[in-house]
Amino acid sequence: MLEARDLSIGHGHVLISTGLDLTIAPGEILCLLGPNGCGKTTLFRTLLGLLPALGGTVLLNGQPITAMTRARIARAIAYVPQAHAPPFPFEVLEVVLMGRTARLGPFAQPGKADRAAAVDALRQLGIQDLAHRDYSRLSGGQRQLVLIARALAQEAGLIVMDEPTASLDFGNRVQVLAQVERLARSAATQGRGVILSTHDPDQAFALNARVLLLHGGGVLADGVAADVLTESNLSAVYGLPVTVETTSSGRKVCLPSPGQSAPSMTSEALKTA
Amino acid sequence: MGRGTTAEVSLPRPGLTLIGALSVVLVGLAFGAVMIGPYGLTPGQVLSALLGQGDSQAQIVVWNIRLPRVGAALLVGAALAAAGATYQALFRNPLVSPDILGVSAGAGLGAVAGIFLSLPVAAIQGAAFVGGMAAVGVVMLVGTMVRQTDRTLTLVLIGVVIGALAGAATSLLKVMADPYDQLPAITFWLLGSLASITTRDILPALPMVLVGLIPLALLRWRINVLSLGDEEARALGIEAGRTRFIVIAAATLITASVTALAGVVGWVGLVIPHIARMLVGPGFGRLLPASALIGAGYLLIVDTLARSLAAVEVPLGVLTAVIGAPFFVWLLARGRRGWS
Repeated sequence: MLEARDLSIGHGHVLISTGLDLTIAPGEILCLLGPNGCGKTTLFRTLLGLLPALGGTVLLNGQPITAMTRARIARAIAYVPQAHAPPFPFEVLEVVLMGRTARLGPFAQPGKADRAAAVDALRQLGIQDLAHRDYSRLSGGQRQLVLIARALAQEAGLIVMDEPTASLDFGNRVQVLAQVERLARSAATQGRGVILSTHDPDQAFALNARVLLLHGGGVLADGVAADVLTESNLSAVYGLPVTVETTSSGRKVCLPSPGQSAPSMTSEALKTA
Repeated sequence: MGRGTTAEVSLPRPGLTLIGALSVVLVGLAFGAVMIGPYGLTPGQVLSALLGQGDSQAQIVVWNIRLPRVGAALLVGAALAAAGATYQALFRNPLVSPDILGVSAGAGLGAVAGIFLSLPVAAIQGAAFVGGMAAVGVVMLVGTMVRQTDRTLTLVLIGVVIGALAGAATSLLKVMADPYDQLPAITFWLLGSLASITTRDILPALPMVLVGLIPLALLRWRINVLSLGDEEARALGIEAGRTRFIVIAAATLITASVTALAGVVGWVGLVIPHIARMLVGPGFGRLLPASALIGAGYLLIVDTLARSLAAVEVPLGVLTAVIGAPFFVWLLARGRRGWS
């Protein structure tokens, strides 16, 4: 259970956002939406204790995160960064095993049990075939799945994902989202809490997630996707008219309003773009 | 390679077997190097001399001349390659060498100051060691004072600055040094050499290298995780700042100890970890011993060449550069990533 109370985030003396309140419990999916520069990544780094809060507190299971060791935080929260390329050609299995670090003593090596957990995590994501491949030579989608497997191997109750679908093709995006949903809602994964950021409001609808809509240095709205992602809210956040439509299958999707080709950006949107 | 998807997946890269094979090759190389020299020895002579038998001249050559030199080459090569592998993992860049934080420049300044003041050999070695440690110490200190988000890059840049300062001071001392007596000694030292090395020179360096290797061996898994970058390593449960400090201190101790012994021997710490990585992969648990073994063998070969190629000793640093530079260009041409 992760909780932020009246949180102010930013770098050094530069305040990015204030008055953030959020809680995330097992089985929940919290989706962070907002324009570029609204502080999604900064919020994640603050929630993970990687960046000091400029105000307010982050509580992990009721205790302030600032008082905890990195290992203790890592046993409770796993972080899935955007897929990256490490400088060395580690094997996929080695990368996943790194998720076990917080459960090892300072001088220990991953053992049999850790290896089993890593293989199990790969299998849960259906990518056990990649175990001995060179991670640095995988495609972006495969890397993202490997990083999710690493978070699974970490066996943390909460998973924080920074734009897990950024720069993925359509197929990989669907696959990663399906995994996100399974992580939170499947009994097999013991219902983890997932916080993710995205630039695609449709994903929040698809996940039926709780949404925190960030805008203009604070929270614009907080609640179920269907309540928060309204035409007026989305229009305000992204600075152009947005229409929310319901497809024949009953799902909601966001579209730019018809007749609004090439809308001029507001000065505020330009500033943060 | 089509590998199965069974549960028991072990890391397929050649690990222990290869490290064992390298050790055997190394012993063979060392034995050969003891035989080679102006006073050539047969394998039988070397064996009996090692056992304290046979003719006394061969015993003197083996024990007083060849073994110290072979031992020093093994120690220096192993140490520089191990430190290089460490720095490359830590700074997340395969094109980093052990002197990235100014240890060579500092040791050079210390040694040159020692030669300039006409200190005895042991004191010159001590000054080189202190200079190398001090340079990196200053880099770390300044690094903590500069508030930057990219800690690693900050350290590297400060290392460049401190290295340049130490280099300037060294140049000043060279200008002021006696051109007939001190300047040749300074030049020779800055190019690296194992000539005139004795067991007494090796004895202080050996335990320091071993002491430096212990934390690297113990923290080998965490060093892997650190090579993902600070933020990710912290998110995975590592106190990155503290761990990095220990690792830098250990690698610097190793480098400064052997630089004090052999002078500035470049390229070994840059090139050898690559070869090791190609053989055993980037996992530090295997990379560290493989680098040390290959580095030891490499420097032994180069030093044996240095003392037997010509009537005059070729400085080690010259040979390692001649071999290392083309290899480095080849690595660049292969298109591995630089700073990520």
